[in-house]
Amino acid sequence: MAHAATGHLETSTGLDNRKLLMWFFLASDCLFFGSFIAAYLLYRDRSLVGPYPEDLFDIPFTSVSAFVLLMSSVSMVLALAAIQRGNVRGMRIWLFTTAMLGTLFIAGQAYEFTEFYHEGLTLSTNLFGTTFFVLTGFHGAHVTIGVLILLSLFVYSLRGGIQQKDSLNVELAGLYWHFVDIVWIVIFTLIYLVQP
Amino acid sequence: MTLADYRRQRGEPLFDEQAAAVQHEEHHPNAFQYLQIGIILFVITAIEVGIYYIDMSHDLLVGLLLALSIAKFSLVVLWFMHLRFDSPVFRTLFAVGLGATLALFTVVIAVSHGGLV
Repeated sequence: MAHAATGHLETSTGLDNRKLLMWFFLASDCLFFGSFIAAYLLYRDRSLVGPYPEDLFDIPFTSVSAFVLLMSSVSMVLALAAIQRGNVRGMRIWLFTTAMLGTLFIAGQAYEFTEFYHEGLTLSTNLFGTTFFVLTGFHGAHVTIGVLILLSLFVYSLRGGIQQKDSLNVELAGLYWHFVDIVWIVIFTLIYLVQP
Repeated sequence: MTLADYRRQRGEPLFDEQAAAVQHEEHHPNAFQYLQIGIILFVITAIEVGIYYIDMSHDLLVGLLLALSIAKFSLVVLWFMHLRFDSPVFRTLFAVGLGATLALFTVVIAVSHGGLV
């Protein structure tokens, strides 16, 4: 892993296989989320009974959630920049910040789901409930996995497991985290802001 | 036999390690540039939410929201995920996934507007 930081290794492509695999995964995950977003858009105004999106969506609240996740991408990339400079302490601080912002986003989503449930929307209430909960639920699951990865890296670094030469580990976690962020950028616009 | 094995047999370097390292260092943004991009992302999000409350035609609103969303998406993918600086192989891989997703969206919209669903 001597050249992990540059992404150039002794492989047939000159690229790190783990990074290549991560991009394969992200490309496939595009279709995973694309399918759920497409399903939501397809069935959006076909619910026969309420509640409907316009009855439930709280745009100011979701805007704050979107902002939190967006800022977590900034802290994630600062963690990578820190470890690439050999600043392990800085990386730890930014990794932990990112994990906390991710946790805050998840807490917001849990609150939103609870509110929707109290308003009468469940997974089986109508097409809106089914497509909305499946889409945002899977996104929330991705964020949760991301938080666990970040906390694992944080704990691993406390035990001295991550040095400057291991920056690719942080970069791979960052790629996953930024992907989760761009998925939310699309969801926030197409699901919350753009109404039929 | 992989390309690496072939080059090793011929005694050729696998790649110019030093040049790659220098190029990597030169092209990756620094922390200050990342912060600048973060501020731009924040401003775009604020504009998105702001125009949502402005009374305008639906088509114009949708067009503006999509344009701002694409801008945010591109900033994160190109700078934070380093696709602008990394190997074209990664760009191609992601473009294939994204292209397939956009094709899926096009089909869904076409089917929906055609009244087939």
